[in-house]
Amino acid sequence: MKDRTKYFAYPYMVWIIIFIALPTFLVLLYSITTKESNGLTTIQFTSENFRKFFQPIYLDILWDSIYLAAVSTAICLLLGYPAAYIISNTHISRRNTLLFLCILPMWMNMLLRTYAWMTILGNNGILNNFFAFLGLPRFNMLYTRGATVMGMVYNFIPFMILPIYTALSKMDKGLLEAADDLGADKKTVFRKVILPLSMPGVISGVIMVFMPAVSTFIIPQLLGGNKSMMIGNLVEKLFILNGDWNFGSAISIVMMLIILLSMSIMNKFDVDKEGGARLW
Amino acid sequence: MVKKYLSKIYMGIIFIFLYAPIIVLAVFSFNESKSRGNWTGFSLKWYIELFHDHDIRLAFYYTISIAIITAIVSTIMGTIAAIGINAMKGRQKALILNVNYLPVVNPDIVTGISLMILYISFNMDFGFNTMLISHIVFSIPYVILSILPKLKQLDVHMTEAAMDLGATPMYALRKVILPEIKPGIITGFLMAFTLSIDDFIISYFTKGEGVTNLSIVIYSMARRGVRPTINALSTIMLTVVLLLMILINKRNNGQDKSKKINQSEVYK
Repeated sequence: MKDRTKYFAYPYMVWIIIFIALPTFLVLLYSITTKESNGLTTIQFTSENFRKFFQPIYLDILWDSIYLAAVSTAICLLLGYPAAYIISNTHISRRNTLLFLCILPMWMNMLLRTYAWMTILGNNGILNNFFAFLGLPRFNMLYTRGATVMGMVYNFIPFMILPIYTALSKMDKGLLEAADDLGADKKTVFRKVILPLSMPGVISGVIMVFMPAVSTFIIPQLLGGNKSMMIGNLVEKLFILNGDWNFGSAISIVMMLIILLSMSIMNKFDVDKEGGARLW
Repeated sequence: MVKKYLSKIYMGIIFIFLYAPIIVLAVFSFNESKSRGNWTGFSLKWYIELFHDHDIRLAFYYTISIAIITAIVSTIMGTIAAIGINAMKGRQKALILNVNYLPVVNPDIVTGISLMILYISFNMDFGFNTMLISHIVFSIPYVILSILPKLKQLDVHMTEAAMDLGATPMYALRKVILPEIKPGIITGFLMAFTLSIDDFIISYFTKGEGVTNLSIVIYSMARRGVRPTINALSTIMLTVVLLLMILINKRNNGQDKSKKINQSEVYK
């Protein structure tokens, strides 16, 4: 029975060869060929696209994207861990409500929520009007790097709270009592029991925040203005405005490698093998 | 005691942060003027205008129809594929799982441009079909990933027992396997639906002439200023989701009440 059941997956195998494997291969092909290649007869291989990327202007964009994504991930962790901890310690009757409140904003269009922040942060926006009302000077908040980071924290913090909450709620409460009985004070219990046991959740959370943050192009475009060009903006510009697919493909390959590399580094620390899938 | 208040205040601040933009949008959907910073008076005119706004109505129609077709098709294909993958072994299984995982881990922008290159290489016309196929492509992996754990928990002997008792393989599938993995299928369906409705990046690279979705309309408006009709539409959509969730929750609560009581006793 089991042997024949596996044929169920064969149509999907054809599907993923056409729609996942082949497109990835095409991106790779574009990244190592020249613009003049039209079809198989005129194909010309080159490493120029990758070499171009290692110029300072482009490398700076790459480092800046990694830096902004890392800062956002760190802030998400600092804000999200206490929230997950509080939720997991709430009485069971109210826990689902709190979790639901964390997820609900994601059902509203992400672009629209980000756009609403433009209304709040703008020079004539709600916050500045409020400051003016209090007699404070107006601040220039929109179109700054800070606004980009805030937008990323805002959009991705649920992805940090949920996996940490899952890890914390799966924890055996008896272990805490045992540590307490054996004379550990609250700080030691947290450091030696709770924190290590919640690490799989922290790792999933970090992956799930860092990955979309490093590749986003909407958030810097809407909130960061021209000041923060991230790697995603560069790819979008190359494909849509400049039509330089070969260079754009090379950067996409670099992006894929960064994601796969950070995933494999994170997986080394991950004890629980199910990874990010657990969130769902 | 102090700690309890501190955690309440902390959660309060987190929720203010999460809901501030949503409240702003909802409030300004009732604003009389087009301004997005100043309140000039209560009015329902954006809700009325919503019915006359052709662009937004069309985008809404495409968003919803693509989301429904995507959810149905990827749930069916994903369920069949997951049952097959679960029966596989060794290298073959690892390979198919890894390729399947690619759209999940890949940045959306890379998935978007790779599909765009594929469609152009095959001279396909960009439009409804390319957008729909792309949505199905990135949704199926999530469906499979939410069903596989349920299949793993499934007791193999149950299917064997069913067939020993005279069930045909199809009958066993329908009566034994499908009911057991139903929660995974439902999760997968809902995920496919919400992923599709909310997608911007992949749609942006695979859209065609005259075919847009709500995200793309909002994106193209964002610089010039979004029309308040969009605020009105989103407020309606969020309210519907909220009401649906409360309804589902109420129903589940009624069903699980006995279960929940047992659970909370264990926790004490």
